[in-house]
Amino acid sequence: MTAHSTDLIDQVLSITPGSHLDKLRRHREVARENIQKAYLALFAPVDTTSVSLVERFAIASFVSALQAQPVLADHYASSLARLDGGPGISAVINAEAERGATAGPYGVYPAGPLSAENKIGLHFAVSSDARKFLGERLATALDHAHLLVFRPRDSSRAALEGLIKAGWSTEGIVTLSQLVAYLAFQLRLVEGLIVLASAGIQPVNNNAVTSINPVLSASSNL
Amino acid sequence: MSAISAFPTEAPIVNAFTQEELSWTPWLEPLAESELTDRHRAGLVDASRAKSPYFMLLAHDPEVLEARTRADKDIFYNPVGGLPRAERELSATATSRHNGCIFCASVHSRFASSHSKRHEDVQRLLDEGTGADLGERWNAVTAAAVALSDTPVSFDEAEIARLRAAGLSDFEIVDVVSTSAFFNWANRLMLSLGEPVAPKAS
Repeated sequence: MTAHSTDLIDQVLSITPGSHLDKLRRHREVARENIQKAYLALFAPVDTTSVSLVERFAIASFVSALQAQPVLADHYASSLARLDGGPGISAVINAEAERGATAGPYGVYPAGPLSAENKIGLHFAVSSDARKFLGERLATALDHAHLLVFRPRDSSRAALEGLIKAGWSTEGIVTLSQLVAYLAFQLRLVEGLIVLASAGIQPVNNNAVTSINPVLSASSNL
Repeated sequence: MSAISAFPTEAPIVNAFTQEELSWTPWLEPLAESELTDRHRAGLVDASRAKSPYFMLLAHDPEVLEARTRADKDIFYNPVGGLPRAERELSATATSRHNGCIFCASVHSRFASSHSKRHEDVQRLLDEGTGADLGERWNAVTAAAVALSDTPVSFDEAEIARLRAAGLSDFEIVDVVSTSAFFNWANRLMLSLGEPVAPKAS
């Protein structure tokens, strides 16, 4: 606790030791440490046999651009650009992310009572020129990443079959899925902390509590 | 257009949100118990998770799984301060309802019900969706989870103000954020690597 080590989230948000956000984060110290460990497991992995480092940062760069969170998008884009061949890929990825911009979640439920909630939206596929440049394996991963970011409920066996056909192993698909899903998590943690910081420090006496009705008072005693 | 299809090729068995117990079946081959190395066992954290096809599938990347599991337990089970467990589960349920993860919603709606003793309110969240009126404190938590789950995220100072007005401290608000964020992770794995199946009638 005394060794105030910083992690990626501290770095991108410029969180300083002892600040309000630092204290809030350290309230769940084990989570804080393991969120960083998951980041390192994905982006400084012990084994890159199933998914290369360039693939990891290319996918992260695409996903974080789609998620439209500037500090994270900058972090992954600049990480990609530092890798061999990264700058060329980065330019193509940015153009594809612009083509893929939309708002989620949307998608189709299994036929039945939820069909009334079906929301149709973009089914993105990397353009044919970009597919030639990136290769079918990475391009298919980006297609899949778009699906996971915006319309996870459209997921299907067929989508995984597409990945397998493009050269993805089971191990690789698990890592790819974890990577995109982790970025969905990281985005929300970062956004939540940014908004909390901009909302200012909460007053100690929250007199708004007195306005809640008796039913709610009961529920807040849980 | 790639080969991605909107519909699973087989008729899905579960097509509504429920608090009933469901099973989950993977679309890719999980590790077999006989294949587990020490590295995989470390990734599973709890030996009992070797019985779960979901965790045995995720064990293909053991380092990520281990970190994820330890973060999960701290976010949801750490009893020290912060949001009551029932409301952490409410946040997970609302997130899963918004993203459309029927399996995740089934598990965490049961937890929300058992910890809050408000089974019928939880059921209304599943039946009516995230707009259901569950009383202002739960409405505020649900609205925050929904705003956080939009992509791009639509969570802003209005949600913070509403949570504070409902009596949540900033530690509790961070728990709302973490639990909803975590289910944006979980939903994407559960939805994309397999599907829920109704338990066999015994």
